[in-house]
Amino acid sequence: MKYFSAGHGACPGCGLPIAVKNVLQVLDGKCFVVNSTGCLEIISSQYGKSAWGVPYIHSLFENAAPVAAGIEAALKALGRKDEGHVVVFAGDGATADIGFGCLSGVMDRNHDIIYICLDNEAYQNTGHQQSGLTPLGEATTTTPVGKMMPGKLKNKKDMVSIAVAHGIPYVATSSSGFPADIRRKVKRALEFEGTKYIQIHSPCVTGWGVDGKGGVIAAKLAVETGLYPLVEFEYGKLTRVRKIKDRKPVEEYLKMQRRFRHLFKHPMGKQIIEELQRIADENTRRYGLDVKRK
Amino acid sequence: MIEITIGAISKPMEAKKIKTGDWGTEYPVVDIEKCSGCKSCEMFCPDLCVEVVKENRKKYAVFNYDYCKGCGVCAFVCPEDAIKMEMKEIYKLEVE
Ligand SMILES: Cc1ncc(C[n+]2csc(CCOP(=O)(O)OP(=O)(O)O)c2C)c(N)n1
Ligand code: SF4
Ligand code: SF4
Ligand code: SF4
Ligand SMILES: [Mg+2]
Repeated sequence: MKYFSAGHGACPGCGLPIAVKNVLQVLDGKCFVVNSTGCLEIISSQYGKSAWGVPYIHSLFENAAPVAAGIEAALKALGRKDEGHVVVFAGDGATADIGFGCLSGVMDRNHDIIYICLDNEAYQNTGHQQSGLTPLGEATTTTPVGKMMPGKLKNKKDMVSIAVAHGIPYVATSSSGFPADIRRKVKRALEFEGTKYIQIHSPCVTGWGVDGKGGVIAAKLAVETGLYPLVEFEYGKLTRVRKIKDRKPVEEYLKMQRRFRHLFKHPMGKQIIEELQRIADENTRRYGLDVKRK
Repeated sequence: MIEITIGAISKPMEAKKIKTGDWGTEYPVVDIEKCSGCKSCEMFCPDLCVEVVKENRKKYAVFNYDYCKGCGVCAFVCPEDAIKMEMKEIYKLEVE
């Protein structure tokens, strides 16, 4: 692959490069990448050790979306739009928290960019603090487990609905556990003019507490339990979902990761697990995920 | 005349200089007979070090051990169970 190189510094089994290389593959390198501060930036853009084979810029943690909007506006003004798509790669913290207002403005103005949120469900680059996309029950350094607390007390912010509510043409979720799904959705996104928001569940082996292959195993389970539904919206309308054949109980996903393991012995754990199962069931109902048996 | 040097702009693909192949304790070995050349491993490998090649009409996965971090993702996703993870010799300690 000519667009992203081996030798980058991600932990073995990290989901970020899986997502990135598959996105770049679909774009065939014809893109301008804007990256917010976070793990991807650190593992790929140290001076003299860049992994990027496409034009790349990192500015700040919070402003990737408007930097991309600026590039898009400039390409338009210069009549150079045909040179490539403007693509943002931003973490969940950058997207749902610190860059949230900036992103909202860009979606509101409907700049012609692809915004990829790499959702590893916490501020991983600074050592696993909770973000707006950290799920219920996860132990992070800012939602520690103790007598009082069973991990995070609130579930993930529904960024997908928030993006849809902006009236942008295309919103989708995908997963580093399903690279073919990533490729298909990026391809689809290219057919729309305006802001495209794709949120990719991306395992962090270090923060989630799994071994090298465990990240991909967890990412697959997140989808197979209904906790991370893979959905697509076009102009606000749900157009496609990835169906689940034999939906697995959430315990299967939770017990394999250190970030959730306390739930199996904490006095409030049972209640949290039940609530997570309820969330998976609700996702299944809302998006019609289960394959109906005849 | 003032000489203007370009600031913090990196050249492309310079990460190639960093050989991450010594990070892992294990490495993948493919059973060429079993491999169907489906490219699952290539699509997943986070370290971009698997390539499916074609030789005498047979397609199979080839690993670049200069960069492989031994995560085991390729072995997990292989639908033909064609990849085995082996322990590197230096980690096989003999305790007397
Ligand atoms: C304004 C600002 N605040 C805080 C930081 C410190 N910081 C750097 S990366 C990071 C976490 C990034 O989290 P996320 O966006 O989820 O990306 P990840 O590293 O998890 O992929 C933080 C808090 C910063 N660089 N800039
Ligand atoms: S800390 Fe997590 S997100 Fe960051 S490189 Fe390691 S596995 Fe990837
Ligand atoms: S073990 Fe990991 S890094 Fe090595 S080839 Fe397989 S997927 Fe790639
Ligand atoms: S995933 Fe398995 S069968 Fe497919 S190309 Fe790789 S080694 Fe061969
Ligand atoms: Mg994150």
